[in-house]
Amino acid sequence: MQNNKNIFTASNCTCEFGSGKKIVRAVDNVTFEIKDEEIVSLVGGSGCGKSVLAKIMLGLHHPTSGTFLYNGNPITNTKIHWREVQAVFQDPFSCFNQFFTIRSQLKAAFGIMKDKPSTKEMEDRVDQALLAVNIKPPEIEGKYPFELSGGQMQRMLLARIFILRPKVLIADEPTSMVDACVRANILDYLMKLKEELKMTIVFITHDIGLAYYVSDRLFIMHKGKIVEQGSPDEVTSSPKSEHTIQLLDDIPEIHRDWIVRSPSAKLAHPAV
Amino acid sequence: MSVFEVQNLSLHYLTRFGQKIHAVTDVSFTMEKGEILGIAGESGCGKSTLVNGLMGLFIPPLYPTSGDVRVGGESLMNRSPKDIRENVLCRKVSMIPQGAFNALNPTCKVKDIAADVIAAHMKEVDKKHIYSRLRERFDLFGMNTDKVLNSHPIQLTAGERQRSVIGISTLLNPQMVIADEPTSALDVTTQKVVIKMIFDLLEKGIFSTMIFITHELPLLRHVADNIAIMYAGEFVEVGTTEQIVFDPRHPYTKALMGAMLSAEPGQKQKKPTAIEGAPPNLANPIEGCRFAERCPVAKPECRKNKQDIRMVAGRQVRCEYAE
Repeated sequence: MQNNKNIFTASNCTCEFGSGKKIVRAVDNVTFEIKDEEIVSLVGGSGCGKSVLAKIMLGLHHPTSGTFLYNGNPITNTKIHWREVQAVFQDPFSCFNQFFTIRSQLKAAFGIMKDKPSTKEMEDRVDQALLAVNIKPPEIEGKYPFELSGGQMQRMLLARIFILRPKVLIADEPTSMVDACVRANILDYLMKLKEELKMTIVFITHDIGLAYYVSDRLFIMHKGKIVEQGSPDEVTSSPKSEHTIQLLDDIPEIHRDWIVRSPSAKLAHPAV
Repeated sequence: MSVFEVQNLSLHYLTRFGQKIHAVTDVSFTMEKGEILGIAGESGCGKSTLVNGLMGLFIPPLYPTSGDVRVGGESLMNRSPKDIRENVLCRKVSMIPQGAFNALNPTCKVKDIAADVIAAHMKEVDKKHIYSRLRERFDLFGMNTDKVLNSHPIQLTAGERQRSVIGISTLLNPQMVIADEPTSALDVTTQKVVIKMIFDLLEKGIFSTMIFITHELPLLRHVADNIAIMYAGEFVEVGTTEQIVFDPRHPYTKALMGAMLSAEPGQKQKKPTAIEGAPPNLANPIEGCRFAERCPVAKPECRKNKQDIRMVAGRQVRCEYAE
């Protein structure tokens, strides 16, 4: 199913912010390639540069040195780039405008397409997309973003992806705002979208357990560098980098000891 | 005597159309000194509403319907928010909020926020001594004390902010701490650091009794002594951590355990299963079992018969068919 076409190619890609002494190197000399129809996870703690890398993929930032290519070309025109590369973000409420109905905003997604369909077809495609994420179109008729729950809004973002049918989806912590049952639900729809649209997915998360479940390949990031990459089973069963071991170690697992609480409380410390 | 007693607590919101939303129904439990109770449930099941009720802080549109909350024998019901703020919060019951960034005033330094807490609750403390006493307390937290106290919240990392908030919440050695999802906005590494700090404070005797609210059951397995599973405003199963995590009996707890992910090698084929459907609308009174619409083993009579708490295999379960 997979072919060897490279979707993204990064070679010695570095992205820095600030200048002089206050320079921050968010992405540090990374080299990788992401193939067609692959699900790649970027895993790392807060501030390790995974979101900056996602923004480079979206053309929102440009590498300060090195090259970053999409289908062999550098990203210059974001309007054209976004027809093929789309993103799902962490907080769906900040992705939608509170003053417009959800339906009108889903229809606005057609704005970036080259050939806009007729109004009738737009309505049909919005309906189809809503059904694909298991929401009946009358349920959101005339509703505004704040009237829906977090899980429903996250599915609206996925419906938007379904309308646009991009080649690449960048999912930046799409499940970190929702609880465990909704998370399983969102992941199901994400996988369904992947099957249907034959997308490449770049999945960004800090939870290596989640990454293990969804992806074909894992990139572990630390301080802007990719410290380890490989298949999920390889990385989780025989981690090589200390940062990977730390990430695996920090997840509270049901069947493994984590932090052990000492049973007896000592004498009370006086109040301030 | 129990430190914390909750008897048949029911809470409702009153909307501006006069409609009552019964967010919490018939919650009862008692806690002994030194116990950690974990409360788990999905978003919108009434966890955060319950927290407000447990503090006795009823700010409209939230009103108590019935029931009683007692801390060390003292009732928190039918008291004004001003009275609660002055005499109960921080000293008796203290809350660790979810988003540390929203809980700290962005225009103040951390030391000023903390000093305010002391000045408001302990009139007898001389203002000159507040900062030195604060420094002593913050030295226990394992952070760079000077840096944290003299920074504005925006200059700190997420973990430092959350730890500062925990430090400020526990300044007055409260009898009871309620942690409302203290780590859900943090990454796994920072989460571990924050939980370690909480354990450290427990060990040092700064506080001993805690309610820990989260939707991550694997985390509760390591933190809590007892776990209560909440669904649509009710406790559906209450038992010890081992009972709930390794041997769940209520269909909802079973479904919740099925939705958990694991990074253990070779588990990739074991897919987490989502629970289909949505929780019921709490504006309309529900007679039968609240989980019946989504329950995989529901019988037709489940929708009619009111479910009461009963004992199954040593724990409380709200399901008449659970075995």
